[in-house]
Amino acid sequence: MTMNAVGRPTRPEGSIETTGFKSLTGARALLQDEPLIFELGGWDKTGVDLDEAGHDASDLSGLTRGNVPLPGLSEPETMRHFVRLSQKNHAIDLALYPLGSCTMKHNPRLNEKAARMAGFADLHPLQPVSTTQGALELMDRLAHWLKTLTAMPAVAMTPKAGAHGELCGLLCIRAAHEAAGQAARRTVLVPTSAHGTNPATAAFVGYSVQEIAQTPDGRVDLADLEAKLGPHVAAIMVTNPNTCGLFERDILEISRLTHAAGAYFYCDGANFNAIVGRVRPGDLGVDAMHINLHKTFSTPHGGGGPGAGPVVLSAALAPFAPAPWVVHGPDGLHLVEEPAAEAVQAFGRMSAFQGQMGMFVRAYAYMRSHGADGLRQVAEDAVLNANYIKARLSGEMSAAFPDGPCMHEALFDDAWLDGTGVTTLDFAKAMIDEGFHPMTMYFPLVVHGAMLIEPTETESKRELDRFCDALLALAAAAKAGDTQRFTGAPHLAPLRRLDETLAARKPRLAWRPEPISVAPTPLAAE
Amino acid sequence: MRYLPLTADDRTRMLGVIGAADIDALFVDVPAAARKKDVFDLPRHAGELEVERELAALSAMSRSAGAGPFFCGAGAYRHHVPATVDHIIQRSEFLTSYTPYQPEIAQGTLQVLFEFQTQVAALTGLDVANASMYDGSTACAEAVMMAKRVTRREKAILSGGLHPHYAATTQTIAHAEGMNIVRQGAAIDAEAAVIDAIDAETACVVVQTPNVFGVVTDVTKIAEAAHAAGALLIVVTTEVVSFGLLKSPGEMGADIAVAEGQSIGNALNYGGPYVGLFAVREKLVRQMPGRVCGETLDADGRRGFVLTLSTREQHIRRDKATSNICTNSGLCALAFTIHMTLLGGAGLRQLAQVNHSRARELKAAVEAVGLEVLTPRFFNEIAVRVPGAAAALVEALLGDGVIAGVPYSRLDPHAGLDDILLLAATETTTSEDIAALSAALIRRLGQ
Repeated sequence: MTMNAVGRPTRPEGSIETTGFKSLTGARALLQDEPLIFELGGWDKTGVDLDEAGHDASDLSGLTRGNVPLPGLSEPETMRHFVRLSQKNHAIDLALYPLGSCTMKHNPRLNEKAARMAGFADLHPLQPVSTTQGALELMDRLAHWLKTLTAMPAVAMTPKAGAHGELCGLLCIRAAHEAAGQAARRTVLVPTSAHGTNPATAAFVGYSVQEIAQTPDGRVDLADLEAKLGPHVAAIMVTNPNTCGLFERDILEISRLTHAAGAYFYCDGANFNAIVGRVRPGDLGVDAMHINLHKTFSTPHGGGGPGAGPVVLSAALAPFAPAPWVVHGPDGLHLVEEPAAEAVQAFGRMSAFQGQMGMFVRAYAYMRSHGADGLRQVAEDAVLNANYIKARLSGEMSAAFPDGPCMHEALFDDAWLDGTGVTTLDFAKAMIDEGFHPMTMYFPLVVHGAMLIEPTETESKRELDRFCDALLALAAAAKAGDTQRFTGAPHLAPLRRLDETLAARKPRLAWRPEPISVAPTPLAAE
Repeated sequence: MRYLPLTADDRTRMLGVIGAADIDALFVDVPAAARKKDVFDLPRHAGELEVERELAALSAMSRSAGAGPFFCGAGAYRHHVPATVDHIIQRSEFLTSYTPYQPEIAQGTLQVLFEFQTQVAALTGLDVANASMYDGSTACAEAVMMAKRVTRREKAILSGGLHPHYAATTQTIAHAEGMNIVRQGAAIDAEAAVIDAIDAETACVVVQTPNVFGVVTDVTKIAEAAHAAGALLIVVTTEVVSFGLLKSPGEMGADIAVAEGQSIGNALNYGGPYVGLFAVREKLVRQMPGRVCGETLDADGRRGFVLTLSTREQHIRRDKATSNICTNSGLCALAFTIHMTLLGGAGLRQLAQVNHSRARELKAAVEAVGLEVLTPRFFNEIAVRVPGAAAALVEALLGDGVIAGVPYSRLDPHAGLDDILLLAATETTTSEDIAALSAALIRRLGQ
């Protein structure tokens, strides 16, 4: 045995069988099991040191509660709890995150630093605007970038996410129709391949939804669109590039037909990353489009938000944009919070305050870093990476639309898995064992067993090759009958496959507390 | 460019694998008329140093809340957030992960959401909470629409103490869905006035405590009246630190509690991102909007967490969904959960007491300079009547380096309450800050 001077072995002796090896505690080296805070904390414990209250709460007699039944942890315990939990997450900083339609790209840390500057983070939304000129200036510059990149004359900044932006866009459209005496238009046409938020949003504003058929090559069926347009149609909602990862070749004809029928063209901008800096939606006849700052402009997704969804608007819709908005005045920038006479067409308010300022700062820092030239390169590299994946995988997997290039995402169906006993879900779960996050599955609905892969522009060729090699190896294993690898996957993740039916049948949505033995904390000086 | 890993050589080789002559060949489906050959008329790329300089200069143009005496509240509150919170939320595994659609490799996010939901349920005194909404105002609008689904009625009554932005947001969104929104006139201490407006058509009443004027109300009687008419009671809270001291919405009979969670764990951020809290009674859970995390088992029988009840949601139900919400406020909910874990119930109680104590100090100081405080029962915020327009007074006090709260007219210019000033105090408010406000008021009001 090789040892150092104090008798410590310095080389492993031979190979050690690890299959089936279990630690005595259930821990797996760096990966720790972690209880819930309700199983860890103390009911009278706290990890903050606060001043004593100088005055009591006797003036609130009869209005106060007993103890707050929540445990606390000291600072070191808190740190450990959340760091241990963090290690059970996949992240874009760890490996490729190829979720189609989600645009999981690198999140620059400069943007985080900027968003935390006191002149942005420590500003109250209602402090006098004379004291918030820097924040308003940033909003104004960001608006200018968004309008220029889209060739649209106006932008509503306040929507808080993509679906909120869709809602804002449809409310503008509804207000415009009402102003024109066209309130009877109450149908929205949506392609079968649309994101679920499109029909949900249309229903949210009281519209009924009718689906538009798709052509065999994955585009909007113009004849079907034309047949369904009419005096009852308020708008069409079309994603472009669409959810099959394809550019709508007939986009100009789509907008022409829509406008000729008196309807508006809402474009779902979730896939703007594919065309930013190269194609301007305003040149395509779009009337309204939300921009997911958390996709195209790289504000971090944070495990499910926050996002931001500013909506660019055509001249026809601009007068109906919701408050508040920034205007230039003789003594600086102002915020129009309650539209006066000149803007009574504004349809209302999407939320309290001015929108997602923290996301505005990050998105603006990202845009300034890339510049107009870099953003064009973003789109080109995003499209190049997706086509590279499509080309490399098409030998083993079946592309849903093999002819012609895709845009920023490559779509496969499950025809190539026929007879293997492996489903799209199984294949995706096996990717987890290989260190990758699964792609978007079973979406869009128009492709059987869909696998939608969006690499984004921030992947190196090396990482793309590593990803493609892994998928090709998995595809070969599936075809070779190594079925267990897939149906039992994942084998190596922190947890195995979870029982979603059990979760939904008898929902346990909060930890159930054991009887608390600690007496309620008395009020100060009571 | 520092965010783009591909080299020119990579691009050439990849185009070769694809079999494309050049990058333009991949954009061939774009109509020729819409292909932009030139780089847009915007600045070109910039290095990190240059961008940081520009942003630092913009930041320096504003006067941050912490730069001097500061008394703004009215729906957003300046609290101290422990350094631990911001450190943890910037960990790659939390910051750069997506919505937890693949639970096997998202247990970190999912367990946090389960803890968040449990904390929110306990604070609001209700059974279950969702995994967050965009903010308090949109949560309020969603609650009103949920009441329509539950009761199959279309009328909602909003109290005169509801934050005007919340009322406007609800009016905008719920009206679009065909609801009849009855908004009572602004009133400082009249939450119970909604009782007289309840009828057989009423889906819900919406009251706020502490309300926008800072008034604390026991809404038990309102709950009884609503329930007697078959309507739901929605209780709104914009200052969640108050949950540490005041009776919870659930304890007073609320069916739905919505709140702005910003005060715990989150910075002011000039209005966003914030985090909406949404909690309901168990029997209403299937009509609740938004993502929900639930407990389950994995294939080996180990406890784990998943997003559940997704048949309510847009990606499954499309136009029949309970809401169109997709992305919510995950990272802000994480910040809330971490801060709330550090506080614990005991710490939150203490924090609430300190807030209330500072507000009592503030009230005494304002009364000492001869101003009338209109809020009879308050937590950490008071409404004060000032001579003349409150907005003009706030502008004048800026000259003394004091940001002296929010003029009510800024929230609702048509209410005829131009002389009402809203002042908040938190644990960050010092006795020196209050003394500075007093001195400035004396100087400006000539008393």
